[in-house]
This record gives sequence, structure tokens and C-alpha cells, in this order.
Amino acid sequence: MKPQETHNLCGFTTATNIKNCKHLKPKTIDITEYITLVFTDYTLRTITLGTAILGAVTGMLGSFAVLRKQSLLGDAISHAALPGIAIAFMLTDTKDSNVLLLGALISGLLGTFWIRGIIKKTHLKSDTALGLILSLFFGFGMLLLTFIQKQPNANQAGLDKYLFGQAATLLEADVWLMASVTGICLLVLIVFWKEFKILLFDADYTKTLGFNTKFIDILITSFIVLAIVLGLQTVGVVLMSAMLLAPAAAARQWTNSLATMVGLSAVFGASSGVVGTAVSASQNNLSTGPVIVLVASVFVLVSFVFSPSRGLLFKQIRFIKNRRDLQLHKTLAFMYNIAETHHNIAHPHTIKILNNFQGFTKRTLQELVKKNYVKLEGSMWSLTEEGFKTASNLYNQQPENNE
Amino acid sequence: MKQNIAIRVDDLTVAYNYKPVLWDIDLEIPEGVLMAIVGPNGAGKSTLIKSILGILKPIAGSVSIYDKPYDKQRALVAYVPQKGSVDWDFPTTALDVVMMGTYGSLGWIKRPGQRQKKAALEALEKVGMLPFKSRQISQLSGGQQQRIFLARALVQNASIYFMDEPFQGVDATTEIAIINILKELRKAGKTVVVVHHDLQTVPEYFDWVTFLNVKKIATGPVKDIFNDNNLTKTYGINYKVSVQE
Ligand SMILES: Nc1ncnc2c1ncn2[C@@H]1O[C@H](COP(=O)(O)OP(=O)(O)OP(=O)(O)O)[C@@H](O)[C@H]1O
Ligand SMILES: [Mg+2]
Repeated sequence: MKPQETHNLCGFTTATNIKNCKHLKPKTIDITEYITLVFTDYTLRTITLGTAILGAVTGMLGSFAVLRKQSLLGDAISHAALPGIAIAFMLTDTKDSNVLLLGALISGLLGTFWIRGIIKKTHLKSDTALGLILSLFFGFGMLLLTFIQKQPNANQAGLDKYLFGQAATLLEADVWLMASVTGICLLVLIVFWKEFKILLFDADYTKTLGFNTKFIDILITSFIVLAIVLGLQTVGVVLMSAMLLAPAAAARQWTNSLATMVGLSAVFGASSGVVGTAVSASQNNLSTGPVIVLVASVFVLVSFVFSPSRGLLFKQIRFIKNRRDLQLHKTLAFMYNIAETHHNIAHPHTIKILNNFQGFTKRTLQELVKKNYVKLEGSMWSLTEEGFKTASNLYNQQPENNE
Repeated sequence: MKQNIAIRVDDLTVAYNYKPVLWDIDLEIPEGVLMAIVGPNGAGKSTLIKSILGILKPIAGSVSIYDKPYDKQRALVAYVPQKGSVDWDFPTTALDVVMMGTYGSLGWIKRPGQRQKKAALEALEKVGMLPFKSRQISQLSGGQQQRIFLARALVQNASIYFMDEPFQGVDATTEIAIINILKELRKAGKTVVVVHHDLQTVPEYFDWVTFLNVKKIATGPVKDIFNDNNLTKTYGINYKVSVQE
């Protein structure tokens, strides 16, 4: 590794925004040192808090997008927000993030409700409508951005940070805004929990019960738009949808309850923010947004492999175990059949008889001995009392549908 | 005998695109009948139910429940959708789904409490699903899922029940269990409208029938109108069903 001059926090490439990072030691920072820094360093604290809150709110809302199978929704919204940023800049000539994000919010909402309209009116598949609006708005936004960049205006530099995000530009005020939106969102979730749940599960039925499904839907969607727009500054248009989907997809693997899923998803999102910020802060020149998204993807990967009920690993293990149990039972049942022909069940039989039986292995026999179902003497076996009882119960039992 | 009309449909026309799926349907369903709607795939059976329930907006025509618009009579009506209309991998339990039947009477914001839970448990008991109350719904068999939907409608404690293919994919035992519940509902004076595909069992299960294929072919008591003539008109091919005497 080359020695570094100053540690460039989070790979913040725009020199204007590096604040108090001088005291940050280059190269390796150990964990305790980093944690102290998070609490003492203003910039780092702001960024860590900001990304954590952002991760929590997008994770929470992402559960709804995932369960409605609207995985493209986040992409469509974030891309639809881009022209809003450009237009807001052109109209006001400021780079105040609040003004630009207001523009993003307006065009994001516009795009989203346009998508709804298209799906309603034309019966296009929702994927098609989402893709259409996504490309249309993004193309238009890029056009405007290039146009702005061609202008002889020194002020325009840095607008492209909204493409990939730049956590370094987060200010305390931005974090406060995120926190208040998250708070309101949480409140609305709690108040309308029952309505959200039933709409997600069965929209038509919800309508017959007299609920205004349009209102519930608009409420959820508006919050998703709001959360995405808030994340644009940090994560950027291109990767924002991953913040919405990844924590929720990971959370789904661990639980069968909606409430737990939403909570877990928020935790995964927040952790991705914190860990992502830490990784990018301790490694030179890694931009925060993509690292956060990568961390979130690790959550997804781990969840899909290791979740006890849905994970690939445990599914495989359970499959093998079930097979073994079945083999064991089959062998025991076969022995029971043989033993039954004698009035004395403990009558010994030769192991050779078993060899014709498919599914019989030395291992199953040993297992049966270990369970004390079978006694072995030389090359002879006999059922024990317990083995006989278990085997006869096997016959009477309905196959239990476990789990 | 003059019966009350529970459901009245006037000149109902419904289309998803330009082609009408239902054309000029007039229907009067008397109170207290157990009625089958029969017709081939794509005949508009589900569409008819959805239009009556206000899920779809018709192009023309009107629907009334006990002579009032559906909006005013929601509390009297329960719905069992086609099982395939929801994602059964949704993270929730059987009991939770059945509880959803109480949401309508609860209204906005209010949470279900002990009373609602008790009602849901009773409904689960009635459909024989009590042992599965905490089971994640994706881990139920098709017939069990169907019974959960039935329980959810029972919890609504309505006067009129609309059921879209409640016998779809259920075994003989479950079918008998379900039809017994439906007959019990009729005995209690409720009106039950069922989309049904098995023509053989129509005379045995139902006392009223509507033949539908975009247009209404016929509607009336099973013993009067369930005949080869109407079946042929509805299904387009020469139909022979031996109606039991
Ligand atoms: N959402 C939709 N958009 C467009 N067309 C639809 C939609 N739903 C149904 N249709 C069409 O309307 C017609 C009637 O459909 P419907 O579902 O009411 O039939 P059905 O009688 O219930 O059939 P099935 O026995 O298969 O359930 C069909 O031709 C179908 O293709
Ligand atoms: Mg149907």
C-alpha cells in the first residue's frame, strides 16, 4: 500500500466538503478508535446517523414494496426524481439540497402517479409501466444535466453527485429532516397498521369491507417516494432502489410475521448504513453509497443461505435429515414385518435378510441399535420391546406434517 | 310464496377493455337460497361477483342489496375470493387472516381485540382449522387455505355470502365439510351465491342456479331450469347431465 497524505474520509472526492478529517489517522484504524471517532467527529457522526436513519426508513418501507412485488417501484421513483433536481436547479440557481430535493420529490411523485394512471387506464403490466416511466424520466433528467453542465456557470459543479450520491455532503439539518420523516412514517405505520396489512394481502377483499384502498395505497406510495428522495443525496439515483429492496428481501427470510419483517428490515437497513459508512471511512477513496448497498447485499446473501426456515443451507440439511429418518423408519418397519411372523418378537434373525431390502445400510442398522430399537448379536438381529412398540406406532400414525 | 329479493342486478354491463365481459345482465336472487353460478371458463362469473361487490366499476347498470346500493349494505355482505387471487407466501398466520374478516366492522384504525379474536377462533373451529391457527399460511395445503378463506367470511357474520369457487382443489372430505357449512348458512336464512364448476353436484348441493356466459342464459330453481337445454346453451356443446329425480 502506498502511504497516504491525508485520510480522505469516505472517499469524499469533492475537496470542498472535507471538513474535520485531519485528525483521522491514515491506513488502519482499529474498531474502538473508529467508534470513538463516530461519537467525537462531527462529520463522521452526521454521516453515520444519516445513513443509519436512511437505512431504517427505506428498509421499513421496502418491506411493503417487496410484498407487493413492486421491486421496480424504487427504481422508477428514484430515476423519476432526476429531472426534478435539474429543473429545480435551473429555476433557482442554487445547490441547496432542500430546494433540489423538493424538485426531486415533485417529479418523483409525478412519475409515480403517472405510473399508477398508466396501469389503471391501459391495463399494461405494471413492470412495463414502471420501466417506461423510469427510462423516460431518467433520459430527460440526464438530458437536462448535460445541458446544465454545458452552461458557463461555475455553480453547476457537483450536481452529478445525485447520480451516485455523496454522503460527505450530508449536513446536520439533512439528518434532522430524515429523522423527522422517519418518525412521521413510523407513526403512520403504527396508526394504519391493520389497513396496510390487509391491503398488502388482499386488496380486492379490503375494498369489499369498505376501506378506501386508494387512500391507503397513496399513503404507502407517498412515503416510499419521500424516503427515496431523502436518500438521493446519500446513495444516489442509480443505487437507491437497492436500499429499498435489499434489507426487506433479507428480512423476509428470517420471519413469518409482517411486524417482525418490517422491524428486522429497518435494523438491516440501519446496520448497512452504519457498517457501510465505517468501511468506506476506513478505506481510502471508497464512496459511501455503493459500499452501503454492498453491505446490504451481504445481508441478503447471508439471509438467503443461512435462514433457518427458508435458507438454502438449512433446507438442504433438513432434506438430508428427513431422508435419513425415513430410511430408518422404513428399515424398522421392514424388521417389524419380519419379527411379526414369530410370536416371539425378540426372536433373532440374520442380517442377510435385510440386505435385499432397498434403502437398508449398515449405518441405519447402527443407528437403530443406538436408539435401542434393535439388538445385535454376531450376525443376528432382533427387535427390542421398544423397537417393536415404535414400529407398530409407525403404522398407526398419520405422517405428521412437520412445521 | 313471495320471497324478499336479496340481490338485484339491473342491466349490468362490464368490460375490461373494449369487449364486454358481461352483457346486459338482469338478475334477481331471492333471500335464503343457495345458488350456483355456472358457466365455462371466462364466462364472467368472477367478474359478475366483483361487479356486485363494487370491486369493478360497471359500464352500465346497477346493483342493489335489499333494495339499497351496495355501499350502504356492506355489513350484510361477505366475500370469499378465488383462492389464487392472493399470494399465500405473505408473512402471516391462519388466525391473522381469519381476523381480517372483522376489520370491516372495526372500521379505520381500531385494532382487533379479544372479542374479534374469539370470533375468529370460533370460525376456525367451524371449518375444522383450529389446530392450524398459528400456522404460517404458506404451509397450509390448498384445501386448508380454502377453508381459511371460508372462515374469514364466516367471521363477517353477514346475511349474504359470495363465494368464488370454494371447492377448487379440495378433496372429497373438505368438499362435504364446506357444503355442510353452506347448507347450515341457508338454514339460518342467509343467502349464499357460489361460483361452481362441477355440474354433477349442482342438483345435490344447490336449490337455485344461474347459467352465465357473457349473457345471462337462465336463472331460477334448480329443479325447474337445470336441464340439458340450458346447459347446451351455456356451454355451447351438446351437454348431457342426468338430473337426479
Ligand atoms: N383483469 C382483467 N383484465 C382484462 N381482462 C380480464 C381481467 N379479468 C378477467 N378478464 C377477462 O374477462 C373474462 C371473464 O373473466 P372471469 O374471470 O370473470 O371469468 P370466470 O367465469 O370467472 O372464469 P373462470 O371459470 O376461469 O374463473 C375473461 O375473458 C377474461 O379473460
Ligand atoms: Mg373465476
